[in-house]
Amino acid sequence: MQRLGRLQISAAVLLALGAMSAVAQTADYSPVTDARLVKPEAENWLMTRGNYEGWSYSSLDKINTSNVSKMVPIWSYSTGANSGHQSPPIVNNGVMFVSTPSAQVLALNAKTGELLWKYKRELPEDFSALHNTNRGVALYGDKVYVTGLEPVVIALDAKTGKVVWEAKMEDYTTGYYATLAPLIVNGKVMAGVSGGEFGVRGFVVAYDSETGKEVWKTYTVPAPGEPGSETWEKPDTWKRGGASVWMTGTYDPDTKLTFWGTGNASPWFGDQRPGDNLYTSSTIALNPDTGKMVGHFQYHQNDSWDWDEMNAPMVVNFKKDGKEIKGLVKPARNGYLYWLSRSPTGIEYVASTNYVKQDVFKSIDAKGRPVYDDTRKPATGKKASFCPSLWGGKDWPYEAYNPKTGMIYIPANENHCGFLEGKVQEYVAGKWWTGVDIPDIGFVVDKSPPYLGALQAWDVSGGKKVWEQTFKESMHWGPILTTGGGLVLAGGTNDRKFRAHDAQSGKLLWEMGTNSGILAPPSSYSVDGKQYIAVVSGWGVDAQYQQGLINTLTGWKKEVPEGGVIWVFGVPD
Amino acid sequence: MCSEESRCQPPHFDQRRAVLKGAVGVASLPLIDLAAAVEPNAMRPQAGDVLIHAQGDRRGEVITVADLELGGPQQLAWAMDPQTKTVRDGSRLNQVLLIRLEHEELSPETKTDSADGVVAYSSVCTHQGCDVSQWKAENKMLLCVCHRSEFDPKDKAAVTFGPAPRRLPLLPVKLVEGQLQVAGGFRGKPGFKDM
Repeated sequence: MQRLGRLQISAAVLLALGAMSAVAQTADYSPVTDARLVKPEAENWLMTRGNYEGWSYSSLDKINTSNVSKMVPIWSYSTGANSGHQSPPIVNNGVMFVSTPSAQVLALNAKTGELLWKYKRELPEDFSALHNTNRGVALYGDKVYVTGLEPVVIALDAKTGKVVWEAKMEDYTTGYYATLAPLIVNGKVMAGVSGGEFGVRGFVVAYDSETGKEVWKTYTVPAPGEPGSETWEKPDTWKRGGASVWMTGTYDPDTKLTFWGTGNASPWFGDQRPGDNLYTSSTIALNPDTGKMVGHFQYHQNDSWDWDEMNAPMVVNFKKDGKEIKGLVKPARNGYLYWLSRSPTGIEYVASTNYVKQDVFKSIDAKGRPVYDDTRKPATGKKASFCPSLWGGKDWPYEAYNPKTGMIYIPANENHCGFLEGKVQEYVAGKWWTGVDIPDIGFVVDKSPPYLGALQAWDVSGGKKVWEQTFKESMHWGPILTTGGGLVLAGGTNDRKFRAHDAQSGKLLWEMGTNSGILAPPSSYSVDGKQYIAVVSGWGVDAQYQQGLINTLTGWKKEVPEGGVIWVFGVPD
Repeated sequence: MCSEESRCQPPHFDQRRAVLKGAVGVASLPLIDLAAAVEPNAMRPQAGDVLIHAQGDRRGEVITVADLELGGPQQLAWAMDPQTKTVRDGSRLNQVLLIRLEHEELSPETKTDSADGVVAYSSVCTHQGCDVSQWKAENKMLLCVCHRSEFDPKDKAAVTFGPAPRRLPLLPVKLVEGQLQVAGGFRGKPGFKDM
């Protein structure tokens, strides 16, 4: 942990803007309590996915299927940043917080778009990261928390944007960085690290919300002698075993457990690290007060496809064979949709089915363990092709759950495959260390694919797909918002559009082109009784990279302009 | 000295000039401060430096033209002061990539700063600062590991694909009595502009 000193103050460029009006608007800032986080008010959007359970659901219904066609922009604000914007507008009683690439944080009047304060961070000159994005802030008490790429966790005063404390998570020169929004439970500010392509050993760490003092740190790859270490059969492979934690966890107030997704094993080829390699490509259940790992579920053992399972599952109850199950639901990057059960003692497999074409699993046993078609498993010196490609049936963009429809909504990608052949790469701290060179990462789509992106709706209890909207000439990189007004909202396509669908039927009800492509989660809130829908448009990182590959393979010339803009929409009174 | 309280200023590609000016007392005070802030190992490659292997079995050994495979791929290198043996690895932004190509393949401007077909560039991508450490043999392009920006080593590392906004800074090299040496500072600022 690093206490804030003069150095840090000078490194963080803080702009005090419109001091009088900002003070007036933040003076009555509403502290965020544990109780408010457990049951967020409908008018607010207090965390990345709207609630601890990760539903990305707003119960607000003034904008609905009957009037969304009249929706128009109310205000917009340029973030001044390029690259991939992946942060939702977080709103607490009329104050909006948006983070941007490189951990800039903007505080705005949620009704008017007036800037209240801005926090900008200066990166070390020799810093680099595979993804420079940021996935949102967390609120607690009178502070705003954000991760910086270096990687650090930073606490800001919600009223002024001034740095209260910052804590160094790890040394960036060894490949660690951070992009996720923190998760805060019982005054513990929890965050994880990225770096699975650089030979890191993943972990989740918790800091005291007031002081920044480290409370606990739990590695996602066990050391020798710890439970799960027997799944690292070759000595020392665990030290650089990956299992990064680059997406925010979810929390179940009932079992009092947090759930975190872990990334790919490192390097990418399983024959270089024999064994199941726990807890890579898994969901782990951690006690938020102690960091103790209570349970886990591994989606696929000995990962060799770069299929991170970094998204935490949604905490959702469902019915199976007429029986109510306290569950977890997760569309996995490996192309399967999973139903799991949760309890104070851990996680159990219930059922699964593929939601996109997947040719690696021959079957899945009663415990949820897949049996592989070994011809589809790449290894060192062995080339193999597989579907879906390493970007998976879906990548990080959030799915959503609507309790009114009983459906989950998935931003999926279909009709793409990949191939890999591994080699042994020299490990150099902080350098690319996957076992494959970039030119040798195979990505395949047809010259004229039937479609690529899809928005899918599944019955959470019936286990069946209810509807699907497809996008012929674009992948889908858009996190989903669903609402009490019967809507499903998302961007994510290369035509820059933001869309509203009927949550029951999937019918397109409204769409509008924005400045750039939308990779960020939409949110909804209300001020003075008026409902707003907000989203940030700003294309970059993997979606941009993948678009370049698709252009090459198909001959398309689809260019998506960069540049971040916050958009806030409403229906005229 | 570079201290936490003074904050180390980033070394600039013209820092040797700054040192010299400071030494004869003609520079302004900030210029003297800048020169004083840069440790020799953090200075950018300087004219007269030799180049050494940055990784692999021969890490630390001086690179000769014969060490570089004709036609690629590139080798990562650090500059080293041949007198003091100071390796300029104090900043990632000092890292260099070396590649040997047929002289006739090089554009006229690239030839000017090459030596026996060897050209040198900053190995730090101008997009997000990742390593340009990979090689695309099919079209002889330098490749960034992060976002697949491609640079043409035959044409002053011009961007041919991907999100990088500008070419890699070129580092002039020369042969002195058969020894590969740095001929001058980077032709541009290495690294990327955040946001």
